[in-house]
This record gives sequence, structure tokens and C-alpha cells, in this order.
Amino acid sequence: MEDTIPDKKINIKGLVCPYTFVKAKLAIESMEIGQVLEILLDYEEASRSIPKSMEDHGQKVLKVEKVSDTDWVLQIRKDKD
Amino acid sequence: MDFTDDQLMRYSRHIILPEVGGKGQAKIAKAKVFIIGAGGLGCPVGYYLTAAGVGTIALIDNDTVEMSNLQRQIAHSVQTIGMPKVESAKRTFEALNPDVNVVAIQKRISKDDIIDLIRDYDIVVDGSDNFPTRYLVNDACFMARKPLVTGAILRFEGQVTTILPGDGPCYRCLFEEPPPPGLVPSCQEAGVLGVLPGVIGGLQATEVLKLILGKGEVLKGELLMYNALKTTFRKVRVPKNPSCPLCGAKPTITELIDYNEGYCAM
Ligand SMILES: [Zn+2]
Repeated sequence: MEDTIPDKKINIKGLVCPYTFVKAKLAIESMEIGQVLEILLDYEEASRSIPKSMEDHGQKVLKVEKVSDTDWVLQIRKDKD
Repeated sequence: MDFTDDQLMRYSRHIILPEVGGKGQAKIAKAKVFIIGAGGLGCPVGYYLTAAGVGTIALIDNDTVEMSNLQRQIAHSVQTIGMPKVESAKRTFEALNPDVNVVAIQKRISKDDIIDLIRDYDIVVDGSDNFPTRYLVNDACFMARKPLVTGAILRFEGQVTTILPGDGPCYRCLFEEPPPPGLVPSCQEAGVLGVLPGVIGGLQATEVLKLILGKGEVLKGELLMYNALKTTFRKVRVPKNPSCPLCGAKPTITELIDYNEGYCAM
């Protein structure tokens, strides 16, 4: 798949649940429909729970990628206000 | 609205709800709620709205804290006996959440000042314990066009309804006039299970938050009745009364009334 260039990036390394999702959700809220958010995180559980919660909220998960021993990158497209 | 780290933590369980989010929490932070009475109902309503982060909460009550209040009025304590209830509640609420501006008004609400007092607020909550106040608040909210969440408790039973300005029935559509004083239980007869106002006040606070958020359905045109002994909730539809003396086509009540005499001011 082609790499999508995100419209906004956040780094939530060091945060644990539920603040990981709180930060991600606030970022998505501030964006326009169709824009893509990229999230860098190091809390493993959030690499699963954020995509799931985002889908529950009607957003589209474009990418979940482990980029190093400790870090994950997620890309979420805002589909719903 | 930019949240501080403390606020993100405090309100995180709200923010992650799809129906609330950061935008909903910002609405809550901007909201101004006026609570009539700092007793059985006013305490839990104010306490939960404080926890929720409602920006401004006014409380009006003329009484001071007594030992006999502590069985149900959860914002007060043995440390605040003798203190005005509104001061006692303000201390408790501010200790819970310093984000909230608590406005304590120690006086008995009257027809001369109620409209001015509620003018700057978005929503009024009636937690009063007597009929004169209940009717005064209903009439004033109708005239000032303020949403009103009203609750009542007695013994093991409570009721809640939400009255919206110009949309659905008012309290007088339901009960046109206060009952004659002799029919109202006297102070000695008026027992109440201490936890009952917690249930009813919790329902009132929920109605307030839904009004602020603009989400869900409120108890408009419906009276919710709770029986604690039987553990039953019953919703009764309340139609608008076309000949209601207040909100009907030909109103006979065009100014506020104080029905004070003969009632037990509990
Ligand atoms: Zn009416």
C-alpha cells in the first residue's frame, strides 16, 4: 500500500490507557473529515485498543505498524465527526 | 478548549465517550446551572455536576446544616453543622473539583428576585422540598424561558421530570395548583429513606448533562416515578394541558405567586 502523508502527527510515547486514546481522540476531533492522523506510541496495549476504539467511533484505520522494539505507528483517517 | 493535563486525566472517562468527547466536555465546562435547594436533592445534583466539570453552579438555600440533615444531605458533615448549607456545600464541591465556580446564595428564593437570579444561567434544577417553591420555580422558568429539571421525594418514592421552554407541558399542566396545606404531610410525618434523594438527584443530574450535551432523550412530557420499596420505575406520559393556567392558550397566571402560608418549611 502507498504511504499516506498524514495531515497531523502526535507523539504519545510514555502515555498509558486511557490517556493514549484521550489524546488520540482529541486530535481527531480537531481535524476535518478525510484528514489522516498519525500516532506514535510505545504502549503496546494501545496499539490494539486505539484502532479498535477508533473503528467503534466510525473512523478508518489505515495503518498499524511496529516500527521498532518499543514503538508503533498508527494512521487513522477521520470519517466521522 | 485546551485541557490541562489534570483536566485530561479528570475528564478522560467523559472524553472517550463518543457522545461527549472533548467538544462535549468543553460544553460542560461552559455551562451554568442554578440549583434551588442545598438539601437532599441539591447535594447529589451539585456534587455530580461538580465532578462532571460544570463551569458554574449556583446554589440557593436559606437553611443551616443540622444533625438531622446528615442522613441524606451528602454535601454536609459534622464539621459543617451550624454553617449555612450553601457554604457547606460550596466547600465540599470545591474540594472535589477546583475547576468549578460555585456561587453560594444564602437566602429564601422569592417572587421578587427569582427571575433576576436565574437570568444568567442555562438550566435550573429544582431540589426544593415544598410546594410554594416548586410552583414559583415552575412559573419563573416558564416566564424566563429556562429549561427546568424538577425532582421530588417523599418516604420511599420519588419523581423527576424535565420541562423545556415552549416545548411540551409545564408543571402546572400536571398539577394545576399546589395541594391545600392540610393535605401535605406535616414535618413529623414526612420521613424519607436517606438514599432516595441520591437516586432522584442522580437522575436530575443526568438530565442536566444530556441537556448540556444535546444528546439522548430527556424526560420531556414524561414523569418518571421511582418506588424504592418495590424497586420499580414507571414513566407516565404528561400531555400539555391546552387550558393550563400558565402555559395554556388563555393563561390566568401572568405574574409570580408566593403561596407561602400554611406550609411546613422543612
Ligand atoms: Zn402548563
